[in-house]
Amino acid sequence: MIKLPERGHGLELLRQMLLVRRFEEKCVELYSAMKIRGFLHLYIGEEAVAVGVMQALRPDDAIVATYREHGHALVRGVSARSIMAEMFGKLEGCSHGRGGSMHLFDADTRFYGGNAIVGGGLPLAVGFALADKLAGRERVTACFFGDGAVAEGEFHESMNLAALWQLPVLFCCENNRYAMGTALERYESETDLALKAASYEMTAWSVDGMDVLAVEEAAHKAAAEVRAGCRPCFLELLTYRFRAHSMYDPDLYRTKEEIERYKQHDPIPALIERLRDAGLVTDEDLEAVEQVIADEIDDAVEFAEAGTLEPIEDLERHVYWEGAAL
Amino acid sequence: MSVSQASSTSTITYREALRAAIRDALLSDERVFLMGEDVGAYGGSFGVSKGLLAEFGPERIRDTPLSESAFVGAGIGAAIGGLRPIVEVMTVNFCLLALDQIMNNAATISHMSGGQFAVPLVIRMTTGAGRQVAAQHSHSLEGWLAHIPGLKLLAPATLPDARGMLGPALQDRNPVLIFEHGGLYNMEGELPADAGAVDIERAAIRRPGADVTLIAYGGTLGTALAAADELIDAGIDAEVIDLRVLRPLDDLVVVESVSRTHRAVIVDEGWRSGSLAAEVSARITEQAFYELDAPVARVCTAEVPIPYPQHLEQAALPQPGTVVAEVRRMVGSGV
Repeated sequence: MIKLPERGHGLELLRQMLLVRRFEEKCVELYSAMKIRGFLHLYIGEEAVAVGVMQALRPDDAIVATYREHGHALVRGVSARSIMAEMFGKLEGCSHGRGGSMHLFDADTRFYGGNAIVGGGLPLAVGFALADKLAGRERVTACFFGDGAVAEGEFHESMNLAALWQLPVLFCCENNRYAMGTALERYESETDLALKAASYEMTAWSVDGMDVLAVEEAAHKAAAEVRAGCRPCFLELLTYRFRAHSMYDPDLYRTKEEIERYKQHDPIPALIERLRDAGLVTDEDLEAVEQVIADEIDDAVEFAEAGTLEPIEDLERHVYWEGAAL
Repeated sequence: MSVSQASSTSTITYREALRAAIRDALLSDERVFLMGEDVGAYGGSFGVSKGLLAEFGPERIRDTPLSESAFVGAGIGAAIGGLRPIVEVMTVNFCLLALDQIMNNAATISHMSGGQFAVPLVIRMTTGAGRQVAAQHSHSLEGWLAHIPGLKLLAPATLPDARGMLGPALQDRNPVLIFEHGGLYNMEGELPADAGAVDIERAAIRRPGADVTLIAYGGTLGTALAAADELIDAGIDAEVIDLRVLRPLDDLVVVESVSRTHRAVIVDEGWRSGSLAAEVSARITEQAFYELDAPVARVCTAEVPIPYPQHLEQAALPQPGTVVAEVRRMVGSGV
């Protein structure tokens, strides 16, 4: 059994997971209200993964994520305001409104997307780590990707290169058991993903991704190995997506019973229960946390609503480098 | 390379000029490194990087696995991460294995991040046919890649460009693709010992003329110049333009030339359909239609995967004779 955190840290983990959950619940509402358009991939159910891993990262580490990355951006410290404004396609968004839900970028927190080609972020992560290694910087690049990416050639090419060149990449495989609508055992000959990773000569193991404390502990251990040894490490985070793949997905490929079964392991109530049983949080604490989050999200929505639509005359900007950030 | 002391020029090959440019870049900026398949111990599959591993060591001359997507993507990440990578993709055919990275990341990240990240990356690759290496090693896909906003494309066809394009390409904050035509590596000529950076924005007039403009790039520059020589006998004075920069295209030089000669033939080793020649032709028609005395003509590669036998391969490719015939047809059509 993993040691319980101190009260303050326990509450912080809870706050981060709840922020992601409530933020995305609000996104669903705003999607129905047609304020957010395009694809919207929800992380609901998987929050413990981003929250747990992010605890082990330092401000100058880099993050490469997928198109299901609202949670990673929020937990990394990209403001709810700038993420919501991005979802609204406003200039004040973290990607200037040009990216949308799938392409959140933020130079200040070294948050490099927001990559919507499955597996496409892995080579980039290898490159960030290569730059750090050649420059002698002791930094970690955390690269998040789904189980579906494991079937892509870019996964294998990148794992090999990172291990061959001993690059400081923390590979975080968010195994939610489905590549869009195709179950893991229907598309992988070997379903033990940590075993696959280990074949590239790097430390690899599986973690209960529904347990934020387990994820945090594993991430600290893995990140320390990456940092100290300047070599890659692979974590398989076993998790589950409670919502459909995207807002377009009718969810025909799995049963309601299966979803309900996994919901019994919802990482948020699980943490609350443990903290409460240990007398570390009270109902008043929870109410207070919820209130802070509700205020933050309301503020983000207001900010996004009030944001600016980029003038059409600027359409062809940012195709080539303009020499200045936002 | 042999140095002639009297004139302070040296006899140099295209290959050596490319190598000198890489060496310069490595010496002048410690952020620069070269990576790709067989660039180190083998010396580069076309011999361009021969000797560089011994001089600069394996950290900066990095042999990679046969993983085009991973090492091109790693180049993008390293560029954003503060380095100045030169990535060698052995041939343009193999860049198809890295197209996801080239298009979805290199060309796109700056835009989809709202201008937060520059990608100062150079990707070099060999292009073109003519060496009997058949249908999977003879492509000219510059036209495909020139379709993509966010990329810059260069095609050195001369020794000064082989020597001078890399430096400014590395200074550029955008991903720059440099296409080296496989038929040019052994091209030899004189180059001033102090040859350095060249402009990477403009097309160049390689042979001034008055009667017709031949527009070429990379491997077809020689074809166009040979055709121009043959046309002298027919009393036709051809101007030859080397596009040099394939994206963004320099319309100005082309339109100005066609406005003087009133005729244009584009010589392109790409397949005709959807080619760079098609794009250049459209731009001439859009911008200089009323200057034309004849429809724009194109001499492109036949629409067939490149066959192995020499006679068929040569028949598929633009030849000086074909260009000459096209010009004579154009001029002889009563204009």
